Amino acid sequence: MNSSEPHEEPAVVVEGLKNVFGSHVVHDGLDLVVRRGEILGVVGGSGTGKSVLLRSIIGLQPPTEGHIEVLGAEVSEERDPDEIDVRSRWGVLFQGGALFSTLTVAENIEVPLREFHPEIGDELRREIALYKIKLAGLPEDAADKYPSELSGGMRKRAGLARALALDPELLFLDEPTAGLDPIGAAAFDELTRELQDTLGHTVFLITHDLDTLYEICDRVAVLADKRVIAVGTIPELLALDHPWIQEYFNGPRGRAAQSAQRRAKAKAMDKNRKAGA
Amino acid sequence: MPMREWADFIAETGADGAISIALSGPLCVSSVGRIDDRLRAIEGQVEAIDLSKVDDFDTVGAWIVVRLSEERGAKITGGSEEAMRLIAAVRGQDTDENPDGETSADALSDEDRAWPNRTVQKLGGFVTGHLDGMTKLVGFLGALIIAMGSLITHPRRFRIVALVRQIELSGVGALPIVGLMSFLIGIVIAQQGAVQLRQFGAEIYTVNLTGRLSMRELGILMTAIMFAGRSGSSFAAQIGTMKLTEEIDAMRTIGVSPMEALVVPRIVAALLIMPLLGFYAAVLSIIGGAFISMFALDIPFFTFLIRIREVVPLHDIWVGLIKAPLFGLIIALAGCYQGMQVQGNSEEVGLRTTIAVVQGIFAVIVLDAFFAVFFTEVGWG
Repeated sequence: MNSSEPHEEPAVVVEGLKNVFGSHVVHDGLDLVVRRGEILGVVGGSGTGKSVLLRSIIGLQPPTEGHIEVLGAEVSEERDPDEIDVRSRWGVLFQGGALFSTLTVAENIEVPLREFHPEIGDELRREIALYKIKLAGLPEDAADKYPSELSGGMRKRAGLARALALDPELLFLDEPTAGLDPIGAAAFDELTRELQDTLGHTVFLITHDLDTLYEICDRVAVLADKRVIAVGTIPELLALDHPWIQEYFNGPRGRAAQSAQRRAKAKAMDKNRKAGA
Repeated sequence: MPMREWADFIAETGADGAISIALSGPLCVSSVGRIDDRLRAIEGQVEAIDLSKVDDFDTVGAWIVVRLSEERGAKITGGSEEAMRLIAAVRGQDTDENPDGETSADALSDEDRAWPNRTVQKLGGFVTGHLDGMTKLVGFLGALIIAMGSLITHPRRFRIVALVRQIELSGVGALPIVGLMSFLIGIVIAQQGAVQLRQFGAEIYTVNLTGRLSMRELGILMTAIMFAGRSGSSFAAQIGTMKLTEEIDAMRTIGVSPMEALVVPRIVAALLIMPLLGFYAAVLSIIGGAFISMFALDIPFFTFLIRIREVVPLHDIWVGLIKAPLFGLIIALAGCYQGMQVQGNSEEVGLRTTIAVVQGIFAVIVLDAFFAVFFTEVGWG
């Protein structure tokens, strides 16, 4: 894992973000910095605007006010075909996968390749797609299946494969483990971590899954009161005296996830000791 | 089946004027319906509610007891342990509601629910909704023109495969049904025309009627209506569903412009196939007329067709062909625009699809009426 170097520019900078829908203020003065090479988890109660924040960062939701910079560039509506667009340097996994339903899994993965690198030949493009399918942990025969023929977990993996198509520097995951069974969710967490270790990209992930937060997130940002009230590692957050944070991490589910992580760590250390002996 | 049991109660007025109510029977959602109005009708202070004769109890029963005791300040006596637990739970829920005393923005006050206010609100919503719709439509047209412009300057980005696919779906796929429909319409015009014209001994003008009407009006108009039903609806439903499943968002994040990838191919396809389909429909309709004339008028099939060449002026064909791409454009625009407006739920897809078809057909007919007068006035009568 490449640790974040202080001189490097951050992956995402959000300053003074304000989002208003009609009379409903979702964000007001929201600031957030995502460092390079980290896995940042974003948590918050329902309706605190986690998804709106994600949509603002990836340019789907023009903010009412504020400044957003992704990988040193501002996200604009129009794409300049002569420049390497910031969109080719990120990957997004939507909650439901959002695969193009009329295309097969392999064709889905080929879409970003075709869009940004039309110079790549058909044969190589297909090979890249097949490799990404394997990378996302899907069986090879999934390549020529349509999204409707896949299970929910496989669809998410296919969506991840598409998000990884261009070897992005930045990966956005919207509730990647929502709706997966516990085994599938744990496997997906592990996959996210492994991929991040090998490819070194930055991950911005929205989640409700406490296991995900404990297992893979380097830092956690807490959304409440229309802004980010705290960012830090989980121990740092626990040291804060905010009622919502305390309730979130110290509630029954939070404690269960905490002890699960402790057990997993002890097991790993046990294994290491045995291997060393 | 056992008889349904109903809850009941006895209200006794004591010496000091205080009322005590003794409830009996099952106090459940299935049995309290008949006593609620009677309980509400009791006037005055209620001293006590006796639950000792109640043999079944659920949260609805508990709610009634809690309401009674809170409104009238009554004491609850004689309830079983289970009943008291439910009552405590219902009471707890009641106080938990809106801890800050805030009402949510969406909740309607009683005043808002009164019908005169509601009518005004609906009218206002209708007006602002339509104004908003118009702004959005102009925005959509602007985005479409920008997309078209950028495709002209970067022709390599044009999605030829998507265009061919749309031509196949909306054009080639429509050939059988449009052909059959036009053939039958030709039969109807010729046959009905022949019956009427025979009264003047002018049956031979059936050829003029069939030929000119098909070329100028009906061929293209019926094709447009069929196109709205087949393709306008499918554009709206398809794009709308893609919005719901976040496919359109996914496209944007990949850098694919939905305007270029989805809307432009459909609109260009409509522009290209409508004149072809319309002409094809007109020809089929004339063939239908020729077919029925063999039997109704004893005009031989090929004589009818040769006669068509003599009586239908060339500008009739132009009238049809000029209108066709315009009608196609309107229907495709309505379909794509309504599809892009889908938000939230699947009901919206149905609603927007209906609007797309209705708007498309309506606009086409209005425009057709305008063209009918216009072309006659400019001398293409």
